[in-house]
Amino acid sequence: MDASAPSPPAATGLDRSLVIRRLTKHYRAGAPVLKNITLTVEGRGVTAIIGPSGTGKSTLVRCINRLIDPSAGEILFLGQDLAKLHGRALRKARRHIGMVFQEFNLVERLSVIENVLTGRLGYVPVWRAWLRKFPAEDVDRAFRLLDAVGLSDLATRRADRLSGGQRQRVGIARALMQHPDLILADEPTSSLDPKTSVEIMELIARRAGEHEIPVIVNLHNVELARRFADRIVGLSKGEIVFDGPPHRLEDTHLLAIYGGEGWLE
Amino acid sequence: MIEAASSRATPFPPNWLARIGLLALALYVVYACSTLDITWARFVEGLGHAPRFISRMLPPDVAPDKLQLLRHGMIESLQIAILATVFGIALSLPLGLAAARNLSPGPLAWLSRTLIALLRTFHPVIVAILCVKAIGFGALAGVVALIVASMGFVSKLLADAVEEMSMQQVEAVHATGAPFLSVIVIGVLPQVMPRFVGFCAYQLDSNLRNSALVGLVGGGGIGATLFTAFQRFDYDFVLTIVLAIVAIVMIGEIVAGWMRSLFQ
Repeated sequence: MDASAPSPPAATGLDRSLVIRRLTKHYRAGAPVLKNITLTVEGRGVTAIIGPSGTGKSTLVRCINRLIDPSAGEILFLGQDLAKLHGRALRKARRHIGMVFQEFNLVERLSVIENVLTGRLGYVPVWRAWLRKFPAEDVDRAFRLLDAVGLSDLATRRADRLSGGQRQRVGIARALMQHPDLILADEPTSSLDPKTSVEIMELIARRAGEHEIPVIVNLHNVELARRFADRIVGLSKGEIVFDGPPHRLEDTHLLAIYGGEGWLE
Repeated sequence: MIEAASSRATPFPPNWLARIGLLALALYVVYACSTLDITWARFVEGLGHAPRFISRMLPPDVAPDKLQLLRHGMIESLQIAILATVFGIALSLPLGLAAARNLSPGPLAWLSRTLIALLRTFHPVIVAILCVKAIGFGALAGVVALIVASMGFVSKLLADAVEEMSMQQVEAVHATGAPFLSVIVIGVLPQVMPRFVGFCAYQLDSNLRNSALVGLVGGGGIGATLFTAFQRFDYDFVLTIVLAIVAIVMIGEIVAGWMRSLFQ
């Protein structure tokens, strides 16, 4: 069983780039949410996707790890087309992609450390998960990650007793626990106050940078995107209308992305 | 102004359908009482028999041979109740998960829901009569009957609890690439466990009570002892048995409450 095999080396030199080709998604026929998106994300750095609510940011990110099934197109990552995977192959591919959620999505009744170890579920057999007999090196690493996100003294606290910022830190540790080759973050700061939002984005950018893991993050806060992203992709009505480094993002682009104008003054 | 007020719809229009329905129900109750010979006089006459019956019950019979019978029947009933609860719950877990429409594929969920509906169709006593006919007199028939009842109750409520859980938590576990069973173990069970334990505790309680019932129709246990005592007009022994059942049921309720409090 390869379920107990060691995780692939955190390969420097491994190509972690993501190529999306002609990605289309419609929930109802004739009303596409994503229209023919083509996007190449290099295997490092933070790529922020900005755009108005309901424009398909979330759908785009969720198509990558197939929490949502795309209607058409290709998603090439680590040498395979994620859009074509099913069952076991899809689960194996998902192990390489960590995800951070807007509502944190921790298992509320489990402890912090159990939530972090959830990141290993793709590698440990079911009976180990059931009995909480995770391999010692996984447990060690989970504690180190809790240290790294600043929660070392809360390991045994139940997730439903944490504050929003603490929960998101657990969410980040869970994603890192996967030894991911890509981190997806779906509005990771939208449920947090401004100060905590900055701290969380800092944490994601720093930890991902250390391990050279590329990050794709949805943000509706343009300032956060400017501050932490190496590249900004502007999405409007299911299409890419801006793509470039933060310093090139100007008001005219924001108008194209969000429409209207009064709000810019 | 006045015109406007009169043309406005009355805020509480009379519901004629409900009124007619209630009147029809009242008429039917009167009619049913008359056909079944349910009259006050008959009730009062019946009450006259009660003191005689009660006086024959007192004092409860505690002769050693009777207590031996009581002990034997009680132990068998307890065994029936506990076995039925254990097997019933073990079978309810997969059935309940299969019946949850947010976890299992449509046809499987539909099939499981149908099976649960079938299990719940008949009262445990009727199931017990069928089991006694099919398997023969004795504890096995009682156990099978109560397993059916337990599965119907626990799996239905478990399925409903699973359908009400937070899918966000499950989604996150899915996203790690966890295999299906790990998603169940880590993402689903922690969410539904407190309620599941509550259902199981209630079912143990309920099986304790019903284990006396299934005995009345040949399913073994204290019910059988009770039935024999009635037939032999040993009303004083009947009282002993009834008091013992009351005690067991109360203890069962305490145990069930304690189980629930463990899993808050």
